[in-house]
Amino acid sequence: MLADHGRRRTALALVLATTLALAGCGSKTGQNASAVGASVDTSGDAVKVGLLNSLSGTMAISEVTVRDAILLAVEEINAAGGVLGKKIEPISEDGASDWPTFAEKAEKLIKENAVAAVFGCWTSASRKAVKPVFEENKSLLFYPVQYEGLEQSPYIFYTGATTNQQIVPGLDYLKSQGKTSVYLVGSDYVFPRTANKIIKAYAEANGMKVLGEDYAPLGSTEFGTIVNKVKAAKAAAVFNTLNGDSNVAFFKEYKSAGLTAAGTPVVSVSIAEEEVKSIGTQYLADQLTAWNYYQTTPGAANQKFVAAYKAKYGADKPTSDPMEAAYVSVHLWKAMVEKAGSFEVEKVKAAADGVTYDAPEGLVTVDGATQHIHKTARIGKVGPDGLITEVWNSGAPLKPDPYLKGYPWATGLS
Amino acid sequence: MTATTAPSTPDTAARAPTPQRRRTLGRPARAAIGFASGALLLFALAPSVLSDFRLSLLAKYLCLAMVAVGIGLAWGRGGLLTLGQGVFFGLGGYAMAMHMKLADAGPAQLPDFMALYGQLDELPWWWRPFASPWFALPATVLLPMLVAFLLGSLVFRRRVRGAYFAILSQALAAALVIFLIGQQGTTGGTNGLTDFQGFFGYDLDDPVNQRMVYFIVAGGLLLLLALARQLMHSRYGELLVAVRDGEERVRFLGHNPATVKLVAYVVAAGMAGLAGALFVPAVGIINPALIGVVPSIEFVVGVAVGGRAVLLGPVLGAVAVAWARTSLSEEFPAAWTYLQGLLFVVVVAFLPGGLAALPALLRRRRGEVGT
Repeated sequence: MLADHGRRRTALALVLATTLALAGCGSKTGQNASAVGASVDTSGDAVKVGLLNSLSGTMAISEVTVRDAILLAVEEINAAGGVLGKKIEPISEDGASDWPTFAEKAEKLIKENAVAAVFGCWTSASRKAVKPVFEENKSLLFYPVQYEGLEQSPYIFYTGATTNQQIVPGLDYLKSQGKTSVYLVGSDYVFPRTANKIIKAYAEANGMKVLGEDYAPLGSTEFGTIVNKVKAAKAAAVFNTLNGDSNVAFFKEYKSAGLTAAGTPVVSVSIAEEEVKSIGTQYLADQLTAWNYYQTTPGAANQKFVAAYKAKYGADKPTSDPMEAAYVSVHLWKAMVEKAGSFEVEKVKAAADGVTYDAPEGLVTVDGATQHIHKTARIGKVGPDGLITEVWNSGAPLKPDPYLKGYPWATGLS
Repeated sequence: MTATTAPSTPDTAARAPTPQRRRTLGRPARAAIGFASGALLLFALAPSVLSDFRLSLLAKYLCLAMVAVGIGLAWGRGGLLTLGQGVFFGLGGYAMAMHMKLADAGPAQLPDFMALYGQLDELPWWWRPFASPWFALPATVLLPMLVAFLLGSLVFRRRVRGAYFAILSQALAAALVIFLIGQQGTTGGTNGLTDFQGFFGYDLDDPVNQRMVYFIVAGGLLLLLALARQLMHSRYGELLVAVRDGEERVRFLGHNPATVKLVAYVVAAGMAGLAGALFVPAVGIINPALIGVVPSIEFVVGVAVGGRAVLLGPVLGAVAVAWARTSLSEEFPAAWTYLQGLLFVVVVAFLPGGLAALPALLRRRRGEVGT
């Protein structure tokens, strides 16, 4: 027994010694890191791209439509001869609505599949989780969803709206309608909390009163209290940053409390055509949304997009803003690669500034400095047919301003 | 791994007495061989055959396996259905992550996310001690142990057990998650803490350093296994099994079952804390979704799949479940959740003793055919 203890101790000491010996060899922080970045596999006659969306879990309902839109764009590009003579080979991974899984799959796509770019992510939390992976491996992510701004990663292209292209125009619209007070309702996670910080700063500078701010856990369906508080506060309007299923319960409660779009309109920033369908038009009629694209947006490019999407996935499937932004992101990447004449990440980045695409939402232009895109803001109203029609737009594409530097009231936010 | 682990199976593990297989080697010698082969597998074989990416995934699996070792002790041996280990994993993980965030930010600077969401002028008081590695490192293990001690002292003395204990553990996990999400400005909210640059001065982007992290994790797991084995084979280990199988009898024999259970619970919490602490540099993120009710249940599911009552069962189960999750989701991105569910059902329905019982089962089958 004693001898054996000794042996085990020796074994353990050996283990520790190896560990410590190996610990000495890596580079320290601040030194010139030896990481050279991932290489893009361009050896075959196809080039791989990664699709990183939640195909399972709570976010699947939204993210699957984004994946479908990306696949449509890939199909179109391949039918037209591919990119630089190579067909695009999409590799789909499931982020499973779980942020560490997103990071794991991103790393897999970059390191194992040597993809030229990755398209996807929806929630800000998933983007924050993969951001270090893309930066560390010097690989590209195209992120297609509107978000809370205050971010600018050198390896992410943001093709959804930042705050000055969605939330600020939404507030401007309320102000122009003579609404002097708002009530903030949101899901309890990063996007609503950060968006509401921006809204409060805006309200303070624009003489608008914020009468209350309430958060419900993601997926919560208990809105009796919150709706009663909104009613008691007699707010002129509600700014809604709820996500997913919670919207169904919220709008049902809102209607049954006797609140109407005519009296107290709700501006939502996470309800698109797909969500309108699942919430029910009767609860949403005449409520407002803020986006950059609607299925009803006029123009030949959009007619073509909607027709192609319905032909591929079914006539009852609506198109929405995040889907359009995802679809556009693939076409933008193609344009950047062709301008650069190479799939190499650094060259693609260098070529990005000023790249344009005649998107379903209108002409979009990449802003190289921020890696966001110029987008037209559009306020829409939900119609009885479940489609959203535009009631106001910004006239021209707005320059992206993720840190809201052009707004004096926003100093101190970032 | 499986073959080398079987010898360390202690005979006290099985509830039903099984006929003894006599081996020429004594039990301690077999254990030493087991450890040596485990070390060989983890330190020599795995790094030489796996790519950097797969090795870093293995590091993640091994962290989950460390939690499982603790659950094997508390649940497998002590009968405590620890459905809230995510709390201790989270405490260890957040303690380490807070230190790494502060080290990245540098002295007198706020971590990046705090400047973004918190709009704070200075560091909250409860973050400050974590700037020192001399506080943060011990805290990753001691903090979970302290919480487990306080909770355990309250609960076991009042003879709360079974489903009530499990519900309480779950409630604690839910409460911690709600707290972390609600305090976005100081905890990172749903995003959690991510985007780490260095680990005690070593650049985490460097593949060599990622490898180093793997070796530390593997070494940690072996240490915990040695500790668990030592505990299981001590007088205390016998007492723990006795408490599981007949708490009242142990009480009548003059021992205090509450203390016996408390020790297992606290040790398991410390193991989960260490696992969480190593998970952060290995995976690069800690967030509420990793420590809530669902992951806490998943820890226990892994242990059940592996076999809770033997030393290596939980490790095998945790690694197997995590590995299956990765490979199934890579092969079948749209349908893997169903396959994973099916795996759980099949194992629990047909192999109640878990994967670790498979060799014995096969031997018995073969024996029956032979006779």
